[in-house]
Amino acid sequence: MGNKAEINPEKELNTEKELITGLGTTSGNMKKTEALLKVEDLSLSFTQYESGLRQTELKVISNLSIQAYKGEILAIVGSSGSGKSLLAHSILGILPSNAKLDGRIEYNGAELTQERKEEMRGKEIALIPQAITYLDPLMKISNQVIGCVEKKNEGLMKKLQREIFQRYTLKPEVERMFPHELSGGMTRRVLVSTAVISSSKLIIADEPTPGLDEKTLNETLSYFKDMADKGCAVILITHDIEAALKISHKIAVFYAGTVLEVANVEDFKNNGENLRHPYTRALWNALPQNKFQAIKGHQPMQDEVIDGCIFYERCSRKKALCAQGLPQLKQVNGGMVRCNNAS
Amino acid sequence: MSNNEKIAGFVGKKALRLTSLLIVVCFASFMLIQCSPIDPVRAYIGEMPVTAEHKAKLEAYWGVNTPPQDKFLNWAGDILKGDFGTSLIFRIPVIDVIKERFTASLVLMGVSWLFSGILGFVLGIIAGAKQGTWVDKAIKTYCYALAAAPTFWLALVLLMVFSVYLGWFPIGLSVPIGVTADDVTFFDWFKRLILPALTLSLLDIAKITMFTREKLIEVLSSDYVLFAKARGEKGLDLVLRHGIRNVALPAITLQFLGFSELFGGTVLVEQVFSYPGIGQAAVAAGLRSDVPLLLGIVIFSALFVFFGNLIADIIYEFVDPRIKQQEASV
Repeated sequence: MGNKAEINPEKELNTEKELITGLGTTSGNMKKTEALLKVEDLSLSFTQYESGLRQTELKVISNLSIQAYKGEILAIVGSSGSGKSLLAHSILGILPSNAKLDGRIEYNGAELTQERKEEMRGKEIALIPQAITYLDPLMKISNQVIGCVEKKNEGLMKKLQREIFQRYTLKPEVERMFPHELSGGMTRRVLVSTAVISSSKLIIADEPTPGLDEKTLNETLSYFKDMADKGCAVILITHDIEAALKISHKIAVFYAGTVLEVANVEDFKNNGENLRHPYTRALWNALPQNKFQAIKGHQPMQDEVIDGCIFYERCSRKKALCAQGLPQLKQVNGGMVRCNNAS
Repeated sequence: MSNNEKIAGFVGKKALRLTSLLIVVCFASFMLIQCSPIDPVRAYIGEMPVTAEHKAKLEAYWGVNTPPQDKFLNWAGDILKGDFGTSLIFRIPVIDVIKERFTASLVLMGVSWLFSGILGFVLGIIAGAKQGTWVDKAIKTYCYALAAAPTFWLALVLLMVFSVYLGWFPIGLSVPIGVTADDVTFFDWFKRLILPALTLSLLDIAKITMFTREKLIEVLSSDYVLFAKARGEKGLDLVLRHGIRNVALPAITLQFLGFSELFGGTVLVEQVFSYPGIGQAAVAAGLRSDVPLLLGIVIFSALFVFFGNLIADIIYEFVDPRIKQQEASV
C-alpha cells in the first residue's frame, strides 16, 4: 500500500549514525540561503452555519507570512486563540473539511499542495503534538512511535526506536506501556521521538512546553536545539515567550491570526529596545522578570471586522493612519514588522 | 491494591448483588402470581368434570388455602434445595423442562447474537468511516427502519415471504414432524434455525450498528487520529489501526448488555415460529397457569441477563488497560 511510510534502509542507517554522532555539534555547515518552508499571505477561514441556514465565514488566519530555514528554530509566539495551532494544521493539511485555505505554502522550493502535504507528512514534515491525547489510548507506545510501516521494515524501525529511547533516557519498559501510564516528562520525550524516528526535515512542535518543571522544560528545549543543529528546520509554536527566547533564532509574534513582527532573538536584549512592534514590547514587558505589566484590553474576536491595524484598540502609539487598512508587513532592521510607526 | 485483592473484591461484590437480585426477583414474581387470577388447581383439572367436593380435596392437597407467606417460604425453601417443583403442563420436573428448552433457546440466541454482533459492527464501521456518503445514509436508513419495526411483525413478514411464498424454509418447529429424534439430521435442524435467528438478529443489528458508527465518528475526530493523519496514515489503514481498536471494546460491552433485549425478543420470535424454546415455554406457562414452570423460567432468565451484564462488567474492569490503571492509582 502506498500510504505507508517508505523507508530506504540505507538512508535510515545513515540518519541513525548521524543522529548518534551528531549530538549537538554541527551547525556551521548549514546553508541558510533558501527557506525550507515559505508561507506567503496565508488566510484560513471556516464556513459555519449560524442560526439556521445562514452561512458565515469565520476568518482565523489572515495575510500571514513566515519562513523557516534549515538549522534554525523559528518560534511562533502568541496568546491562546491567535490561530497558532491552526497554522501547523494548515501546513500539514489536516484541517477539517469546512476550512478554506488561501495563499501559498512552499516547501523546498515547490508549492505544497494538499496532495504534496499528504505525501510529505510523516516523512519530510513532522508534527510534535501538544498533549498525551494525541496518542492512541489503547496502543502500546512502541507501536505508536514506530507508526504504520511495512512489515519488512518493522525490525529496523524497532531498532531505531530503541536507540532513540536510549538517547532520550526512556527505559525499555516504556515501549510496552500505554499512554496513560506515562509521566509528563516521559510523554514529552515520547512525542519528540515520534518526530525523530521519521527523520523529517521540518519539525513543527505545537505547544511542547506547558506545565513542565524547569528541568524538564530545559531538557525538552534541548531536544529541539539538537534537531536544528542537525539541519532540521524547527517551528516552535508556544505561548511561552521566555522558553522561546532560550533556544530560538527568530521569533514571530502572532496576534489575532496574523504575524505582527518577526524579530531576531538579539532584538530582545537591552530591555527590548530594538523590538519593532508595540505588541511585542508589551509582551516582553509583561514578563515577571521585566516590568510585569500587562496591557489593557483583549485580542479582537475572530468574528469582529476590523478595518485598520488589528492592534489599534490596544496600541499606545496609534495615529489616524492606523485606523485605515492593515499595515503592510515590511522589512525593518533585519526583521519584519506590521506597523506604521516602525522604521 | 493488588490484582488478587481486586478480583476478590469484584467477586464478592457481584456475589452479593446476585444474591440480593435473586431474592427480590423470587419475592416479587411470587407475589405477582399470588395476586394474579392464575389458578393452578383449575389448570390441573383442565376440562375434566369434577364435583365441588373433589375440587375442595384437590385444593387442600395443593395447599391453596395456606397463607401466602407460608406458601412463599415453602417454595423458596424447595428452590434452595434445588427442587423447582413439577411442571403442570409437561408433567415432568421444572428443571428438566428448563434444561431442554433453555438449550434450544441458547442456540437460537447465540447464533443471532454472534451474527448481529459481527454484522452490526462491520456495518457500523463502514457507515462511520464513510460518514455522510450514500453508503452511510443507506445503512442509517436501514437501521432506523429496522429499529422501528416490531419483532413479531418482522417475524411474520419473513415467515410469509421465505416460508410461504418462496418455500425456502419450513414454517416452524425446530425439527421435522413425524421423524424420530435419532433421524433428525443437522441440516434439518439448521434449516429451521435460520429464520428465527435472522429475525432475532435483524433488530439487534440496528442497535449495534448505530452505536459503532457513532463511536467510530467520535474516534475519527479525536486528537490521536488527527496526529496519525499528520504522520501520514490514511484511509483503511487508519480506520483499522485506530478505529477498530478503540471501538471494539465498547461495542462488545454493549452487545453483552443487550442480553435482556435478546431474551425479550426470543419470547416473541419463538412464539411466531413455534420454536420450542424457553420463550415459548414461558408463554405457555403463563397462559396455562403453570406456576412452578413460570417461576422457574423467571429465575433462570434473571440469571441469564445477570451473567450478560457480569461479562460486560468484567470486560470493562479487567480488559480495558485504562480502567486497570485508574484502579491501581486510587
